Amino acid sequence: MSFITYLINGISLGSVYALIALGYTMVYGIAKMLNFAHGDVIMIGAFTTYSLCSTMGLPPVVGVAASVIVCTVLGILIEKIAYKPLRKASSPLAVLITAIGVSYLLQNLALLMFGANAKSFTSVVSVAPLTLAGGQIKISGETIVTILSCIFIMILLMLFINKTKAGQGMLAVAEDKGAAQLMGINVNATISLTFAIGSALAAIAGVLLCSAYPSLTPYTGSMPGIKAFVAAVFGGIGSIPGAFIGGILLGIIEILGKAYISSQMADAIVFGVLIVVLLVKPTGLLGKNIQEKV
Amino acid sequence: MKKFKLSKTLKSSLLTYGLVIFAYVLMQILISGGHVSSLMQGLLVPLCVYAILAVSLNLTVGILGELSLGHAGFMCVGAFASAFFSKCVQDSIENSFIRFTLAIMIGALAAGAAGIIIGIPVLRLKGDYLAIVTLAFGEIIKNLVNILYVGKDESGFHISFKSSLDLNMSPNGVQIIKGAQGITGTPNDSTFTIGIVLLLITLFIVLNLIHSRDGRAIMAIRDNVIAAESVGINITKYKLMAFSVSAALAGVAGVLYAHNISTLTALPKNFGYNMSILILVFVVLGGIGNIRGSIISAVVLTLLPELLRGLNNYRMLIYAVVLIVMMLFNWAPACIGWREKIFGGLRKKKNTKEAA
Repeated sequence: MSFITYLINGISLGSVYALIALGYTMVYGIAKMLNFAHGDVIMIGAFTTYSLCSTMGLPPVVGVAASVIVCTVLGILIEKIAYKPLRKASSPLAVLITAIGVSYLLQNLALLMFGANAKSFTSVVSVAPLTLAGGQIKISGETIVTILSCIFIMILLMLFINKTKAGQGMLAVAEDKGAAQLMGINVNATISLTFAIGSALAAIAGVLLCSAYPSLTPYTGSMPGIKAFVAAVFGGIGSIPGAFIGGILLGIIEILGKAYISSQMADAIVFGVLIVVLLVKPTGLLGKNIQEKV
Repeated sequence: MKKFKLSKTLKSSLLTYGLVIFAYVLMQILISGGHVSSLMQGLLVPLCVYAILAVSLNLTVGILGELSLGHAGFMCVGAFASAFFSKCVQDSIENSFIRFTLAIMIGALAAGAAGIIIGIPVLRLKGDYLAIVTLAFGEIIKNLVNILYVGKDESGFHISFKSSLDLNMSPNGVQIIKGAQGITGTPNDSTFTIGIVLLLITLFIVLNLIHSRDGRAIMAIRDNVIAAESVGINITKYKLMAFSVSAALAGVAGVLYAHNISTLTALPKNFGYNMSILILVFVVLGGIGNIRGSIISAVVLTLLPELLRGLNNYRMLIYAVVLIVMMLFNWAPACIGWREKIFGGLRKKKNTKEAA
């Protein structure tokens, strides 16, 4: 029975990873860049909710909504100021390093505003825990809300991408920027939209993550960010279903590894699985295999 | 009489060596004059460590053209292997010079071996996938070192990945590596002079490799894999060569680092991906493939937070802003165009003056 509990916890953690990984993968698909600052957007989202709900005592809904708005604006601003000028730079590393600079900037802004001490985050979830199988399986409210909201967001995102003009535009820009522009798609607006959606998802992920693991510091977003990045690569970077599957699998592997193998080696196990998968399938689970031509 | 003329590459290499030696002499003069604070003196060895790391990573990123985010992992291997060695032989080899030389060799060999082991699978991958796998390996190394326990008693070495109790040592056994607490009491053999000598050796190895036949093969792979393969260059061999040399040199930096501090632990901030990224920042800001630039940017970016110390909490914020602005200034096509307009204009004026 404990196995099922671990599995559900794993899916819950995986859902958070999946939400973050979606941001990574969408940005990669469209801008071909690794957005290293994405993990810190999560942290900013969590701090927004923290300062509104835990400090000022506003209702959770307001806190979450504010955090989504703050992160969306932040995501668009980061793209406009730091990444857009480098879109045509001669080396793809330039924008990567700038993203790292943005990551330092966000961490140090949070450090100045909130200090280095860990804040205890009040959970935004008020759902009662669920007890199944005669008390043998206990699922916390946070877990239920995390899994359900991840599924809900995933469905919404798929609908948005496949059914709306803007979503189709995103696919087109990801495929070929030049051709998309010729077809009358506003490439700049589409890229901004991608960053906006990715950052909004990061805000939700941040709030859910900190509700489940309530310690919040300026560096909170860093490790989940990297793990989610691993999840995105694991599922095949650039692929939206891939990010979802990669995130969930990674969460399950991490929790099961912690429970059954060694809690200290959890990170090594997660990264080890990634290496094995990439060696067998070099472009991730659902990644496109592009043949290089002469 | 034949006129002695230096080739362009040799001139550039000599300039790089000269720069390092000049910096060393300048620092020595300043130190003997008492113009250097103890804080700055404490930074001298770390500066050498960062410079070696930046030069060695530039071999992978700039010359081989593969993005590696796990460079700190190799540094970690070198640091722990050498600190372990130094700790074991601390009593038997009294001469610190011989001991440290051996430690450097062991650190370099261990890191180089790790580079080959990791390089064989990793170099099959491409681009961002390669980057993430090197990051993963770096994190795995850090994680494994954090749970590694090694002790020594009469019957030899005991190794455990669980806890110090699982070592099953006799009562008078000594623990050498204590998991997350790392290695304590490593002899402090690193000095600024040794650091500079190691940096010069690193430069010598890297610059000679770049300007050799092998180096040209590696750069051919970077520029076009298929073309390089079609003229008979052994891709795997040369990729692995660059990768493992780069790893071994990172190991040397690790040795220098380990013997500069009394307690060696594998924390996220010294051997985690943050460190790998920091080194990458040095390389990219100094100019990808430009060895001299790597050293300069490593020194500038390490000193910058210290020089801004007066601003207390704002210093890292300013550091981040400076980093972003420098990247935009260096790489954004709009900025490059603007720079060329201004500097190009100046150059033109100069040229017309010379002509007149």
